[in-house]
Amino acid sequence: MSTTETTASGVGPVEGAPVYTVDNPAPLIEAPRKRTKKSPKSTRGNFELAAWLFMRLSGIVLVVLVLGHLLIQLVLDGGVSKIGFAFVAGRWASPFWQVWDLLMLWLAMLHGANGLRTIINDYAERPNSRLWLKGLLYTATVFTILLGTLVIFTFDPNIR
Amino acid sequence: MATPVLDKADAAGQPEPGFADSPYITVTFRVRRFNPEVAAEATWEDFQLEIDPKERVLDGLHKIKWDVDGTLTFRRSCAHGICGSDAMRINGKNRLACKTLIKDINPEKPITIEPIKGLTVLKDLVVDMEPFFQAYRDVMPFLVVKETNEPTRERYQSPEDRERFDDTTKCILCAACTSSCPVFWNDGQYFGPAAIVNAHRFIFDSRDEAGEQRLEILNDRDGVWRCRTTFNCTDACPRGIEVTKAIQEVKRALITRRY
Ligand code: HEM
Ligand code: SF4
Ligand code: FES
Repeated sequence: MSTTETTASGVGPVEGAPVYTVDNPAPLIEAPRKRTKKSPKSTRGNFELAAWLFMRLSGIVLVVLVLGHLLIQLVLDGGVSKIGFAFVAGRWASPFWQVWDLLMLWLAMLHGANGLRTIINDYAERPNSRLWLKGLLYTATVFTILLGTLVIFTFDPNIR
Repeated sequence: MATPVLDKADAAGQPEPGFADSPYITVTFRVRRFNPEVAAEATWEDFQLEIDPKERVLDGLHKIKWDVDGTLTFRRSCAHGICGSDAMRINGKNRLACKTLIKDINPEKPITIEPIKGLTVLKDLVVDMEPFFQAYRDVMPFLVVKETNEPTRERYQSPEDRERFDDTTKCILCAACTSSCPVFWNDGQYFGPAAIVNAHRFIFDSRDEAGEQRLEILNDRDGVWRCRTTFNCTDACPRGIEVTKAIQEVKRALITRRY
């Protein structure tokens, strides 16, 4: 915080000889991902609009699904202590709960994945890290949705 | 200590007998300084000033530049809140130095002054505004009409139609809003609030005919959908423009246009 810092950092190994001069200035402190003349690139139609709407609509549905889920699983009828293989088997015997869980799986995964896509767009600077993070995200999302769907539809209560 | 009134007082700055106490107080300006010709990093530098708290931050910067350290670099032109040159981050909030009175920002503590964020710092408080103006140009901030002939009469507009976009005509392109937006800090590809405000100015102008085109531009990846409704822009705008509301109106126009 003191005045002396300003010059001290510019003093090189040879005493008194500054590293940076008028003819040899330091690199500027660049802002991340600057807009340039070429910046408005290819358009992707209404994808961003649809994603924005989807976040809000799925959020509304998730309030009911997730809060209902938490209530049934963790609060009512003895709380967590009742949860076991039998409880899950009993619930998934009804198509109503199958659809409930399927809807919750799909909406929460797509909502969460799109939320993380937003965060990657916000915070990952280099094109390569953006690519890899999104690749990982989409792979994990597809894998979880498919596996979850498979389990809900092929669940066998008589497995031993 | 440069005013004629004070010159009459003695060295300690005591008021003459019979005169009111000196209005001057001691204020610390803590300025974020960067000079690539000297060092690669930005550093803080403190300046002690004797100043009337009813003066503005810009007056304090002038005192420093003119009387203490002529190397201090900042932009200003009109000094009266019109040109939009001197937006800076004062005590962590984007403001115009020429519209901020010292007494309003707690002069008891050091007043921090930094360049606005999210744009490349060139020297001290001066940033490269080019990406900001590029985004502004990209939304076509001018009247577009299809007719090819010279207009032969005024383009009439009812007071109600004029009122529709009145708020967004007030923009002075100071960049206080865009450089207060956390999305813009991290990703300068986002158009930013100021460009959207100036697109809004024409999208909702009944005389303009390129609203569709501007909506299409802002519908893209780096357009309005990146806005997270943080409201930093509305808080920052020295013209009192309801920036977030303008962005939401563009979003709504896009949605109602599609569905
Ligand atoms: C309980 C009901 C829920 C509601 C009402 C809701 C609502 C929302 C809304 C409106 C957004 C968009 C925010 C913006 O664009 O600024 C959002 C973002 C997000 N949501 Fe949800 N959501 C819910 C549940 C969930 C669940 C279960 C997950 C995880 C699977 C999740 C993960 C996310 C993530 C990661 C984001 C991005 C965060 C950000 O943009 O900063 N949400 N949510
Ligand atoms: S909307 Fe307000 S804060 Fe943004 S550039 Fe215009 S005058 Fe400045
Ligand atoms: S100097 Fe013109 S707006 Fe402050």
